Amino acid sequence: MNRFDLAQMNQGETRTIIDIQGGYGMIRRLESLGVRPGVVITKVSSQLMRGPITIQVGNSQVALGYGMAKRIILE
Amino acid sequence: MEKVHPEGIRKIFLMGNPNVGKSVVFSRLTGVHVIASNYAGTTVEFTKGCIKLGDVSAEVIDVPGTYTLEPTCRAEEVAAEMLQQAVSDKGGGTLVINVIDATNLERNLNLSLQLLKQNIPVIIALNLWDETKHIGISIDREKLETILGVPVVPTCAVSGEEIKELVTRLPEAKARAYEYTEEKRWHEVGNIIEQVQRVTHRHHTLLERLGDASLRPLSGIPIALILIYLMFEIIRFIGEGLIGHIFEPIFEKLWAPVILKLSAVLGSSGFLHDILIGKLVDGEIDFVESLGMLTTGLFVPIAMVLPYVFAFYLVLSFVEDSGYLPRLGVLVDTIMHRLGLHGLAIIPMMLGLGCNVPGALATRVLEARRERFICATLMAIAVPCMAQIAMIVGLISNHGAKGLLLVFGTLFVVWIALGILLNSILKGESPEIFVEIPPYRIPHLTTLLKKLWMRTKWFLQEAIPYVFLGVLIVNILYSLRIIKFIGKFTAPIVTGILGLPEEAVGALIIGFLRKDVAVGMLSPIGLTLNQLVVACVVLAMYFPCVATFAVLIKELGVVDTIKSAGIMIVSALVVGGVLNFLLNYI
Repeated sequence: MNRFDLAQMNQGETRTIIDIQGGYGMIRRLESLGVRPGVVITKVSSQLMRGPITIQVGNSQVALGYGMAKRIILE
Repeated sequence: MEKVHPEGIRKIFLMGNPNVGKSVVFSRLTGVHVIASNYAGTTVEFTKGCIKLGDVSAEVIDVPGTYTLEPTCRAEEVAAEMLQQAVSDKGGGTLVINVIDATNLERNLNLSLQLLKQNIPVIIALNLWDETKHIGISIDREKLETILGVPVVPTCAVSGEEIKELVTRLPEAKARAYEYTEEKRWHEVGNIIEQVQRVTHRHHTLLERLGDASLRPLSGIPIALILIYLMFEIIRFIGEGLIGHIFEPIFEKLWAPVILKLSAVLGSSGFLHDILIGKLVDGEIDFVESLGMLTTGLFVPIAMVLPYVFAFYLVLSFVEDSGYLPRLGVLVDTIMHRLGLHGLAIIPMMLGLGCNVPGALATRVLEARRERFICATLMAIAVPCMAQIAMIVGLISNHGAKGLLLVFGTLFVVWIALGILLNSILKGESPEIFVEIPPYRIPHLTTLLKKLWMRTKWFLQEAIPYVFLGVLIVNILYSLRIIKFIGKFTAPIVTGILGLPEEAVGALIIGFLRKDVAVGMLSPIGLTLNQLVVACVVLAMYFPCVATFAVLIKELGVVDTIKSAGIMIVSALVVGGVLNFLLNYI
């Protein structure tokens, strides 16, 4: 099965979130900022050495750690 | 459904997502000014104010921003707890103004729907309404009002329009206006958005391009370096300019003759003379060395420190309001992880450069207890406040840049090394950064100036009494020969390890109270450059001033503050000793 996560995405690419593989706490935190399955996101930037990744969600931007990005699965 | 009587309103809670302008709405409603910035979590404690509604006055409470009522960090816990108290307040007369960001309706409505389910009347302020037009969003406000069943009042809080309408419609607030099943909350939000919001395609604005560029490493790192350099130069330019052209001339030309006359009246010596004016140097007043309340006690806070504090806060406030700080946090995140922190810890560190007290309070933007401990300890040890920096610069810069480089270079190395050490010793690991990146905004001049004024005033209120007290204590300790006694007693450490003369212990004692006065006290004892460097580094590191210490106890608890203080004392002695050895024997 092809698993494609946020860390693998290219800068400027747009995709839909299909799953978030995390605990209840993480899912809730992401959800509170509008990051949840079914939402379309665009990758704005990533930092060197597995640094945080910034995405565009709706009209706002959210930065999240590399480990979290690895658990956001995209279409 | 309950309705509210205008005379019956006693308490108004302002709630909403972080960085939607609650604090600005609060200022507009109450006339009380609170610090607002362009990043999440500026209000970490709640603030209270009052508003006149007809003949009665109601309390307005600015609640820390929260994305959800199911808290994920300390500031959100505070918000949720406060709401629960409000709901259970049987006296009635409480209501919530839910401030929402019109440019981010979907995410904001998630909290609104949670609030609308609570047993407390809610009214919605649709803030940043003016910005929606610029970015191609159109919202059918009336339809939104009909769907939600509570008043939705558009506001542009920064410019203060329409706040009046919000106040007149407060009595229309309703509780339990919108029912839905909890599992379908996002689905409901989606439905509402579909009905009320239209987004038209548009090109990226210049600010948006700049915003993205400052987040990408290739362009972001050069932008960060240039910006930090510019900040540093502007602070230096304004600080030096104010001192050289305004404050020093005022003290030297206008104040000195007055004090000399007073000195003659007091008979040029005696206890009262020592306390008010201090020691004359060659029959003249030396504002740094005389150590009297009316000489050094006024000169240090006003003519040496205030200009830099003012310049620093001017620049910091601008950078804060622009929305740059969270971007800087993202850029330095990888480095901060080595210190057991994440990128957002750069915000308390930057605030700490102004004064460690707000810096320590701002550690609340960090989620984990371990992270807050490391951040507060590192800041208290290796981030000197602007008052201290100004004095160190004043004292050492006439020996050339080498001394300054040694002092601040050492502190920077300590910051990194101690962070790595604490990160490896303390159990656990640092959580990942997770933060909203606000859009760049051109800072609003009046808001910026008000913030600058509040911070400057706060500095003067905090500084002058403590400086006076410090000068008073110094004089008492000297005249009772207590400093001499302690000097003898502590000679093995002060002279043996740090290589400083016994007299330097006076500065170390006063350093507990105020670091700027303490650094100034190093001036008359004739230290060599090497000794000055060691003394300044040790003074910065060994203990926080009493005001910071009090906040640390509040934020970390007694046990962790004692641990933190232990780390400070040990590391100050080790670093001071090593520095003394390296500077003198190599």
